[in-house]
Amino acid sequence: MSSEIWSPCILRDQERCLLVMMGELSEDLRILSTCKLLQHDSQLLEAVFRTHRLSYETRGSRSKSLHDRAVINCQYSMATFSTAERKRRPHGDRKSSEMSLHLKQTFEAAVLTELYPRSQIDIYVKILQADGGNYSACVNAATLALVDAGIPMRDYVCACTAGFVEDTPLADLCHAEESGGGTSLALALLPRSGNIALLQMDARLHQDHLDALIEAAMTACKGVSKVLDGVVRQHLEEVSVLTRD
Amino acid sequence: MRDTPLSNCERRFLLKAVEEKKRLDGRQTYDYRNIKITFGTDYGCCIVELGRTRVLCQVSCELVPPKDSRPTEGIMFFNLELSPMASPAFEPNRQSELLVMLNRQLERCLRNSKCIDTESLCVVSGEKVWQIRVDVHVLNHDGNLMDAASIAAISALSHFRRPDVAIQGRDITVFSPEERDPIPLSIYHMPICVSFAFFLQGSYLLVDPCEREERVKDGLLVIAMNKHREICSIQSSGGIMLLKDQVLRCSKIASVKVSEITELINKALENDRKIRKEGGKFGFAESMPKERITALKRDEAPVEMTDVQETASEIVNRTETPTEAVSSPVLVAMGTAQVGEGIVNSWGLDEDEEDEPQTEDTKTGSSNCKHTLYICSEKKKRKSTKPSKRK
Repeated sequence: MSSEIWSPCILRDQERCLLVMMGELSEDLRILSTCKLLQHDSQLLEAVFRTHRLSYETRGSRSKSLHDRAVINCQYSMATFSTAERKRRPHGDRKSSEMSLHLKQTFEAAVLTELYPRSQIDIYVKILQADGGNYSACVNAATLALVDAGIPMRDYVCACTAGFVEDTPLADLCHAEESGGGTSLALALLPRSGNIALLQMDARLHQDHLDALIEAAMTACKGVSKVLDGVVRQHLEEVSVLTRD
Repeated sequence: MRDTPLSNCERRFLLKAVEEKKRLDGRQTYDYRNIKITFGTDYGCCIVELGRTRVLCQVSCELVPPKDSRPTEGIMFFNLELSPMASPAFEPNRQSELLVMLNRQLERCLRNSKCIDTESLCVVSGEKVWQIRVDVHVLNHDGNLMDAASIAAISALSHFRRPDVAIQGRDITVFSPEERDPIPLSIYHMPICVSFAFFLQGSYLLVDPCEREERVKDGLLVIAMNKHREICSIQSSGGIMLLKDQVLRCSKIASVKVSEITELINKALENDRKIRKEGGKFGFAESMPKERITALKRDEAPVEMTDVQETASEIVNRTETPTEAVSSPVLVAMGTAQVGEGIVNSWGLDEDEEDEPQTEDTKTGSSNCKHTLYICSEKKKRKSTKPSKRK
C-alpha cells in the first residue's frame, strides 16, 4: 500500500472532527426533529418525521402495519452533487435500497417499537457531501434525530468505520482510504451494552486481524457516543433556557 | 401469491427444538446439508444442490467498451433472480428485500474481494474489454439461498472458458471454440459465503438454516471467506444484537466449513475436466441416474430413536387398559370376515340420518351402524385390511 493515500493531516486512531447541529432547519410541524451532522467532510441532512398512524388512504400500507409494534421506514438517498463527479442516482437502485434496509434493521433493534403499535416511524436521510463513512454518518445522525424527536431507544446507536492498512488499524476512514483497496469495516454499536447492531465488512482481511479491527471500531464508536451525548445535553440546555423565558 | 404464514405452534416447536439443539432433519448445529455440484455441457453452467435448495448459475462474456474510470479493467456483472418457480412466495418482477440483499451480498462477496483478475480481461485498453456476466437463478427455495448462490457463482466462474482473442494493431479477432481452445478466467481465490442464523435474541445459532428455520430466525450473519482464512465480507442483518466473541466464533466455524466446501468444488471441477478430456459424456443429463426405478426416490428421513423406548412405555403406562376383549372373527361370506362389533358412533350426527337405509358395505362409511373391522382376503393372495374408525 503506497503512502499516497495518507495526507499529512490524518491522525490514526482518532476521529475526524464531528460537528452536530440539532433541531434547526424546519418550521414544518410534521417534521418533529432534524439533525445535520458534519463528520469532517461528510455532511448529512436528516429528518425524522413524527410517528404517524398508518392511514387508510395510503394504498396497501394498512397491511404493512404490525399489531404490536411500530414499523420503521427508512429511506436513504445521495444528492447528485455529493461525490467528486456529479452522478445522477436513480431512486430505487440497489445500493440505496440496501443502505435503507440496513438502517431500518439497525433501528428496529434499537428503538422500543413495542410502545407504538400500528404506527410507522419514517427516517429520511440525504447525503449532501460524501467523503467516506456514509453508513456511519447516517446512523449517528438518525440516532440524534430520534433522540430529538423523543422516541424512546435502548441506547445511543453509534457507528464508525475502521480499516486495516499495513497492520495498523485506522478508525474513521475517508473516501480515499476506503476506495484505496484496503479493508473497511462499518460497525453500529450500542455503547453501554457493547452489542453490535450491524457489522459490515468488504475487501479481504485475514481472520487473525478481525479481532483487532473490531476492537478499534468499537473504541471509535464509544468515542462517538461521548460526543453525541455531549451534544444532546448541550442542546437540551439551550432549549430549556429558551423555553424558560 | 402470498406466503402461507407460519402457525404459532409450528414456530414454538421449531424454537423449542433449537433450544434443545435439535434440528428438523437431524443435523447437528454446525452441519451443512448435502452439497451436490454438477456442470452442464457448456462451459460456465453449473447447478448446485444444497439439500433441496437448487440454484443454477450461468456465466457468459461479451466484448464491450470499458468504464471511463477504469479503462484497463474488465467488467463483472452479477444478477440473481428469484422467480415463482423457486417458491410461490416470490412474485415476478418484484424488487423484494430478499432480492436486494442477495444481489448485494453476491456482488460484495465476488466483486469487492477481487477474486477474478479483471486486468487480464482487457483486450484493447480504453476500447474493448470483456464483460463477464454471472446470472444466478434460483430453481428451488429450501433455505440458505445465499450460500448456494455463492457456491454456484464461484464454481461456474472457475468452470467458465472465454474465447481466445488475437490483436493485430487495431483489429481484434475473436476465435470460436473450434478454432482455438477457450481460455479459463484467472481466479485468485474462491470466496464462499457461510450463513449463520440466530434465534432467541442471539443465544442460539445454526449453520445452513433450512426454510422452516429461516422463518423463525431473528437475524442472519453472512461471512464470506476463502480457504486461505481471509475474510472477504461480513454482513449482519435482521437487527440482532451480536457480541464481539460471537462474531469471532462464527468466523472460526466459517473457516472450517469453507475449506470443506472448497475441497468439494475442486473435486467436482477435477471430475468434470477428466471426463471431458477422456471424451466421456458430461452435462446435466449425465448427472441424473437413469434406468433405476428408484431414481427419484427420496432419502430416508433420519428419526431420532434415543428415547423412543422410554416415551413409548410411559405413554402405554399412562393410558387405561381397554375394557372390551376382542372377539374372535366370524365368517360373513366367502372372503369376508368380521371381528367384533365396535362401539357406537359418537360423532353426534343428526337424527334424520337414522332413516337412511342401512346397507352393509365393505367400506366403513355408513352412518349410524356400528363400526366393524373387515378383513378381506382375496384369491390373489393379497391381504388388505380396512381399519375401523375406533372412537
